[in-house]
Amino acid sequence: MQWLWDQPLSWMNAAWFTLGALCVLGIVIFFVTYAIYFERKIIGWMQFRKGPNRVGPFGLLQTVADVAKLLLKEDTIPAKADKALFIMAPALAFIPSFAALAIIPYGMNLQFADVNVGFLYYVALSGVTTIAIVTAGWASNNKYALLGGMRSAAQMISYEVPLVISVVGVAMMTGSLNLREIVLAQEGYFWNWNFLPQIIGFVVFLVSALAELNRTPFDLPEAESELVAGYHTEYSGFRFAFFMLAEYVYLYAIACLTTILFLGGWNPPLPQLAFIPGIVWFILKFLAVVFFVFWVRATFPRLRVDQLMGLAWKALLPLAMLNIFITAAGIHWFGWGG
Amino acid sequence: MIRTEELLLNVGPQHPSTHGVLRVVVKLDGEIITHVEPVIGYLHRGTEKLAESLNYTQIIPYTDRMDYLSAMTNNYVLCYAVEKMMGIEVPERAEFLRLIVMELQRIASHLVWWGTYLLDIGALSPFLFAFNDRERILQLFNELCGARLTYNYMRVGGVKWDAPEGWIDKVKAFVKDMKSRLDEYHNLVSGNEIFLARVKGIGAYDAETAIQYGLSGANLRCTGVKWDLRKNEPYCIYDRFDFDIPVGQNGDCYDRYYVRTEEIRQSLRILEQALEQFPPEGETMGKVPRAIRPPAGEVYVRIESPRGEIGCYIVSKGKAEPYRLKFRRPSFVNLQILPKLLVGESMTNLVTILGGIDIVLGEVDC
Amino acid sequence: MSEEQKQNGAGPAEGETKAEAAPEGAKAQVPPAKTEGAPQSGEAPQAPPQPAEAPQQPAAPQPGVEPKQTSGAAPQPAAETQTAAGASQPAAQQPAAAEKRPLTDEEKEARRQAALAARAAKLAAQGGAAAGAAAGAAAGGRAAARGAAAAGGEGSEEPPKPSPNQPKLDRAVQLLKELVAEDAVEEASLNPFNDDMPTLVIRGEHWPKAAETLRDHPEFGFRYLRNVAGVDHETHMEVVYHLLNMDSGDTYCVKVRTNRDNPSVPSVVSVWKTADWQEREIYDLLGIAFPGHPDLRRIMLPDDWVGHPLRKDYVPLDPEV
Repeated sequence: MQWLWDQPLSWMNAAWFTLGALCVLGIVIFFVTYAIYFERKIIGWMQFRKGPNRVGPFGLLQTVADVAKLLLKEDTIPAKADKALFIMAPALAFIPSFAALAIIPYGMNLQFADVNVGFLYYVALSGVTTIAIVTAGWASNNKYALLGGMRSAAQMISYEVPLVISVVGVAMMTGSLNLREIVLAQEGYFWNWNFLPQIIGFVVFLVSALAELNRTPFDLPEAESELVAGYHTEYSGFRFAFFMLAEYVYLYAIACLTTILFLGGWNPPLPQLAFIPGIVWFILKFLAVVFFVFWVRATFPRLRVDQLMGLAWKALLPLAMLNIFITAAGIHWFGWGG
Repeated sequence: MIRTEELLLNVGPQHPSTHGVLRVVVKLDGEIITHVEPVIGYLHRGTEKLAESLNYTQIIPYTDRMDYLSAMTNNYVLCYAVEKMMGIEVPERAEFLRLIVMELQRIASHLVWWGTYLLDIGALSPFLFAFNDRERILQLFNELCGARLTYNYMRVGGVKWDAPEGWIDKVKAFVKDMKSRLDEYHNLVSGNEIFLARVKGIGAYDAETAIQYGLSGANLRCTGVKWDLRKNEPYCIYDRFDFDIPVGQNGDCYDRYYVRTEEIRQSLRILEQALEQFPPEGETMGKVPRAIRPPAGEVYVRIESPRGEIGCYIVSKGKAEPYRLKFRRPSFVNLQILPKLLVGESMTNLVTILGGIDIVLGEVDC
Repeated sequence: MSEEQKQNGAGPAEGETKAEAAPEGAKAQVPPAKTEGAPQSGEAPQAPPQPAEAPQQPAAPQPGVEPKQTSGAAPQPAAETQTAAGASQPAAQQPAAAEKRPLTDEEKEARRQAALAARAAKLAAQGGAAAGAAAGAAAGGRAAARGAAAAGGEGSEEPPKPSPNQPKLDRAVQLLKELVAEDAVEEASLNPFNDDMPTLVIRGEHWPKAAETLRDHPEFGFRYLRNVAGVDHETHMEVVYHLLNMDSGDTYCVKVRTNRDNPSVPSVVSVWKTADWQEREIYDLLGIAFPGHPDLRRIMLPDDWVGHPLRKDYVPLDPEV
């Protein structure tokens, strides 16, 4: 898509942009549909049950049916809710999650926008979703929703810090925050990928990412056993669907980012395997990350709020800092990175 | 100055973690609980009042519905009380059947607890594993008495149905499988750091407090008090079998978890012995008068249900119906300690502690 | 009651019964009472129904005499079976499982059978005494209690005691009289249906002090309150407490009576915290007030409910239900 950026903005180009965005939207919605399906299937297998298998062949249309149900549902707004905010919150949650996808390079030339500060762009936009969640919790006029919203704000702000700092090591080794350049810097064998020299950063990133995604074991904002459904307790129908969508789009984004930052993006593990297109490698790595997230969900219990905060500030943040020093030392003495 | 307001939160009666229609009114300062008041009675059906106009056999189905996760022990305590008053001898085979179903029931009940407790803590899978295994027990009960939850299996003087052909072998197979499954459970959960961080040191109390509050079952044993009615005041034929009473030390949620999981193991031990010694033939009903009319007087019997000491106090005036029937329900008594444990804890620990007490609302409200 | 205490009921022959009844237990599953040769025991099965039909006068010496005979009879069948044991190996008639079991299990089995024998014999023997006690409790007469107490006194003169709990009961009454008040104990009896559980009826005004004594006095040590039940006896109301000493395993039953028009029993929440909700439940369902309770409100029924359902004169909202 890079050639579009180099041309002046015309109606034609704007139409191309829109078309590109719609394509991404289509891909993302397809992903979300089948991510939910696979999540249910995988967790089902892990729990000795079948998972969805009724709607369509092998239950493949289960999510479609679920979405259809959500869209056809009556749209309810609690009487005492703050209507404007209540309506705005789901959109506010979804839009940044989708916009953040613009910078993700799927292949050498398969990228929507090649931004120099790609990673920062992602972090900035994902921060907006926090506001949406707090807004939803507040506007619902429900105590559980409020507690969920507050928890979410605290959690996402806390975990953004180690998340960003864990990537600093990668940025130092590459000398850039541009995601495409980060991938290019990892060419070669799989031990050239960032996850080995940046193993601390990788672990911190994964843990923080799980927390950013509000997924088990960090799913406190919507801890169903304590807070019923957290910030979206009062939401139903397509508004709820938007929150759900935003959550899975972030899963998509984080899986992509992990692939790009630490797992070599579209690079094959061995240069000899380069005859397989890069996009295949990308998708495989991406799916491995997604599977990991589901796997964790089937395995772990949930942390407590104070433990969650403690983990972010007392464990992950120092580790991420340490990682920066180690990386700096590595670059200085051992000539890591470019 | 920042002024913070207390938040009054109604946890329940419809809430995923109150395990029924318990309502806990909590006052929160941030997420810290400052005041707790459990409100019960949403499931009060007046069992004790209903019993006064029913004869003893008719009351048995009502006991099923008290602690619906442990209907067999409830059945037993009523039959035991009447048998004690009337001096009825229960045949050997019936006693064995009773013991076997009660121990199976204990395992089933603890499995439900184990699964739901971990679900409360946020672990999804153990719930389904536990229900998978419990399902096998329910199938066994189904074969035995045609019901999966409310069995109505025991009668004064014995049991209603003899074990069908091959049933004992199926139980044996289950016991064998369950042993290895239990080890898997421990592998999956018991060493998990997150789980330990969530339950260790949470909701702790000492033995003195436990006794003061009249706690029983695992809630008492977690403090180190070695008190199990199966050993201390043996009933049925428990005194013939060899088993241990697992006890904790710190009286926290982890110890309660440990005690309950160990109790599954001990129940399996009892079952192994009981199945080995199960009499190949014999009566399943003792000699019972046509009309069950305990003589005038009163009796209090108590047995160890999965939740603690379930007692049955009968005042009889020599009629076919009890004059007064009172059940001492362990969940009801155990729940009293909740406010004491919760003040100063966070909302998250509310779920951990409440789940750790292991209540069944059908029994709390009776 | 533990098995040990049941065995104590067999009297001085306990040690012998334990050892010798083993083959007897192994021999047959029939109630041992029927195998006994003693004529007194032969009549025994008819004895228990008596109390329900015709309350006899409290025959004080009876329990002192009969148990002696029965306990004397207890070793008899054992002796018979001893000879039989040598001849026909009755243990072989046991279920096949017996072979696999270790010796300890056989012992356990034997002990159980011995206990059953003892219990059956005791029940039979106490038919008369039980009638007295039960009738006494029902009628609310104090004579019966005194009779029982006297029986205990006499029993202690003769070697076989009527019940191992009798001295406990006497001692309890004596202690409560000394430590609480002379008239603290209204009645004292043993509950024959409940393994001779000592049952005390305590006057309401002395109840808080008696409760503290029962909890704290080293000879009682009832730190655990098992159960609190309220009963509407139509003539009066009664609150029944079952106390437990976890060290000795003693269980006592304590009753406090109150009038029906304005029922009130002092609260013991300050003594046993567990009484809190149980008293609230009784207040809710029977309308007995517990002065001294920190938070006496309805617990099961809605706050605006009218009436107390467990009272015998309660008219349900919809009588057809």
